[in-house]
Amino acid sequence: MRLLTVLRTPMGVVASIILVLVLLTAIVAPLLWNDAAEARNTANLNSGPSAEHPLGTDVLGRDLLLRTLVATRLTVLLALGATGVALGLGILFGAAPVLLGHRAGRLAVSAVNIAVAFPGLLLALVLALILGVGELSAMWAIGIAGAPSFARLCQTLVASVAERDYIAAARLAGKSRFRILLRHVLPNIAEPLIVNATIAAGAALLAFAGLSFLGLGVQSPSYDWGRMMMEGLDRIYLNPIAALAPGVAVVIAGLAFNLMGEALARSLSTPRIPVAWGMRPRRPYPQKAEERGDGEPADHLAGPGHADSSEPAGPAAYPEAVLTLRDLRVSLPGHLGCLTPVRGISLRIAPGEAVGIVGESGSGKSLTALAAAQLVEEPLAVRAATLKFCGADLMLRPQSTRDRSRYQRLLGRSLAVVFQDPMTSFNPTMRIGAQLVEGMRFHDGVERSWAQARAVDRLGAVGIEEPERRAAMYPHEFSGGMRQRAMIAMGLMGDPQLIIADEPTTALDVTVQKQVLELLDEVRSASSVALMLISHDIAVVRQVCDRIAVMYGGRIVEELPADRLAEQAQHPYTRALIAAVPDMNTDLDEPLATIPGRPVDLSQRSAGCPFAPRCPLATQRCHEQDPALIPAGDSGGAHRVACWHPVVDAGRAALAEADRSAGEPASAEGSELS
Amino acid sequence: MQNRWTAFALRRGTRLIISLWVLVSAAFLMIHLVPGDPVRAMLGPTAAPALVDQTRENLGLNDPLWEQYLRFLRGLFTGDLGTSITMGLPVSEVLAARLPNTLTLGLLGFVLAICLALPVGATIAVATRKGRRRGLELSFASTSVVVATIPDFLLGVALVAIFGVTLELLPVAWTGGAESYVLPVIALAAGPAAVLSRIVRVELLSTLDEDFVRTARAKRLSSRRIVLRHALPNAVTAALTLGGLMLGTLVASTVLVENVFAWPGLGSTVVGAILGRDYPLVQAIVLVYGTGVLLVNTLVDVVLALLDPRSTIGDQ
Ligand code: SF4
Repeated sequence: MRLLTVLRTPMGVVASIILVLVLLTAIVAPLLWNDAAEARNTANLNSGPSAEHPLGTDVLGRDLLLRTLVATRLTVLLALGATGVALGLGILFGAAPVLLGHRAGRLAVSAVNIAVAFPGLLLALVLALILGVGELSAMWAIGIAGAPSFARLCQTLVASVAERDYIAAARLAGKSRFRILLRHVLPNIAEPLIVNATIAAGAALLAFAGLSFLGLGVQSPSYDWGRMMMEGLDRIYLNPIAALAPGVAVVIAGLAFNLMGEALARSLSTPRIPVAWGMRPRRPYPQKAEERGDGEPADHLAGPGHADSSEPAGPAAYPEAVLTLRDLRVSLPGHLGCLTPVRGISLRIAPGEAVGIVGESGSGKSLTALAAAQLVEEPLAVRAATLKFCGADLMLRPQSTRDRSRYQRLLGRSLAVVFQDPMTSFNPTMRIGAQLVEGMRFHDGVERSWAQARAVDRLGAVGIEEPERRAAMYPHEFSGGMRQRAMIAMGLMGDPQLIIADEPTTALDVTVQKQVLELLDEVRSASSVALMLISHDIAVVRQVCDRIAVMYGGRIVEELPADRLAEQAQHPYTRALIAAVPDMNTDLDEPLATIPGRPVDLSQRSAGCPFAPRCPLATQRCHEQDPALIPAGDSGGAHRVACWHPVVDAGRAALAEADRSAGEPASAEGSELS
Repeated sequence: MQNRWTAFALRRGTRLIISLWVLVSAAFLMIHLVPGDPVRAMLGPTAAPALVDQTRENLGLNDPLWEQYLRFLRGLFTGDLGTSITMGLPVSEVLAARLPNTLTLGLLGFVLAICLALPVGATIAVATRKGRRRGLELSFASTSVVVATIPDFLLGVALVAIFGVTLELLPVAWTGGAESYVLPVIALAAGPAAVLSRIVRVELLSTLDEDFVRTARAKRLSSRRIVLRHALPNAVTAALTLGGLMLGTLVASTVLVENVFAWPGLGSTVVGAILGRDYPLVQAIVLVYGTGVLLVNTLVDVVLALLDPRSTIGDQ
């Protein structure tokens, strides 16, 4: 039975033990001590704790410990009874749409919606007046008071199964509504009902204690914990324990039901992950993982050390780069050592230059962008030999708060980031204008009106019409393309030197994609901002960028000027990417070319070239040794490639040959270029 | 924009009015739902038949039902809620004397609960984010569960036993002075504060993982500003939705807490009224409580609409 899986969690075990103890007491205590609990010790009225009476005695000299234990039965029974009433009524009202059809069902739904707004105790008070004071009417009262929330739960659950095929089939087969409810609906919603009934039993127990405490529940000479508390409160100066002991019993029993319900809920909805109160599997040894991050020898997943020494390419003519990365690594400390999704990226972006980074998902391109933007969060860790932005060394941890705020100001003003999903990247509760001016006001403390005027100006500059009106709107009033424009405008508020755009068009419609790309290109040429464009789509990157870095398995496998891409790309992976792009000459009847095999799996990296399992040119050497990124023959350093068998003219024929024989027909999605 | 707000006000107003009408009708019908003769039930089996008849006449129970209903409604608008049977005073006078005490208690409890839950929940969320400080997270989780399970009246009794009886620091019951507020307000606020702070923590944690928080980080704002200006408002909308119903419960909690501290409010009055079957008084008090809950819920919805421009007004 699935419910028993609860015993696999520590919380479930604890809850079960307490619950079993409570239930045992409820059964056994009255059998053993019923008479002893009634025995009056007239010499010992209202006494405090003593050896004879561990919790003291009540007003008639009766032993409070025994009375507390004996009262368990009545208390638990009444709580369960009330829960039963609530559950039964709840199911009736909740299933009304199935039982009575739509119109009556709707009425039941709105009745429940109104009733659920009133607190249970209030309902219980009213019912206590109507039904008279006593334990049975209190049980009904608490049951009825609890029914609306059950009804609402049932309505939701029933609605979720009522549309399923087998119910429709049963209905078509002419089965009666009641039968459908019993045979088809209830079994399917039983689990959540049981879970919630368990929690509700705890709540009912507490509510009953409250009612009895008020004197509206159990009446003398019967007694439950609530009544004992009421009697104890009157004599709190004589023996505080008399009021507190039954109260503690109430909490223990209530907690037992509550915990049990919680544990059931967790073990049923997430059967495999024993998430019990933060007892999730711990991230092992963070400090050890930290050590591993920098020592490659200990890290079999990190690439060979040669990446350190490779100087970033890029025209040496640029004296000062906007962004310089040398041997950038991003790692994820984990159970089995350290995963390193980015393994030694070296890249330099000159002022005004547009550099594209292309790769499949999992190639590490987005992480590279985030790391360059200093936005990588724990548990991921960034290391680099050099990470310089506009001359500032970002790997130096700023020592003083003044240094830090200077860094933050530099990044805030000069580094613009455009994220992938414009729908979720704006704060939904702030107006667009306010979000634009925020960074500027924070860093420069400029006048609100001045910043607001600039925001309107920037919105106009990125082609948003009626910028004044638009600035006063909320993000949800913008279309996706417009939000991405606004995001770009936000980057232009300060004095941007570099725009990092991480898949800026992926979430947009095709027509809008083109506009946003053009806008990025315009912005770049108009204000000579450098651009780092991340994309899975080599066609997108080729459109806008001067230089292209192709990433695979956490490394740059080829870096080349955009104009060499079509003819002179040498890495088999780059060539495959180009071949996968449909162009004017593609015969649309042919299946799209695709890269056979699956993207690299970080956890199963071997020593060789990461592309080897999918590479048509792979040899023994490729599987054993990872090729270094080295300048390609005739390029004078602007073109670098990491491959043992680069595709130069002679090799191209061989590749074409291999392509023809290896490619199973598949669609473009087959290569998971996303 | 304008239209949306009008539509929202219309929709929410209609719901409030319908709920109020249901509440009023239920309060009216209460007395007629009592099995057998309500007056006989009130006066007991030994009362003289003449007295029973007289009382029935006084309560107007001999008139046709619709006439009684209209009179009841008229009474509501003119403030004439009948005469309390057990106290012999006009119900409106009893309410005027008792309601302020309950209101102050409830409001203080609510304010304290919010003032505890927001900073505590937010601080714990930020401190334990990304699996840091597991010990703190664990102790917060267990403490808040236990505190949330302890019923308010029991906490009240325990506070009385500790601070009133044993330490003799604070009064055990109402004295009228400010110091007598301390214990009942704590007893009222502790449970809701525990539940709310858990909600705030969970919501804030998930909000901190949202894309727009990353955008805010990209602006290099201080982490304080990111939490307070970006994450918290978005987390609070969700926390308020879940916590809204809890406010209604807080209203009801005053009933129990008042009885622990012999607080001269509606809560201690209603128990005596129920035991004495003082129909007019119970009707009035139920109406007051119910209206309070409805108003609080409406208020929560309005605040939500103001905080989150998408949700409440956007749809439909
Ligand atoms: S090194 Fe070998 S396996 Fe890797 S891309 Fe070059 S040819 Fe293919």
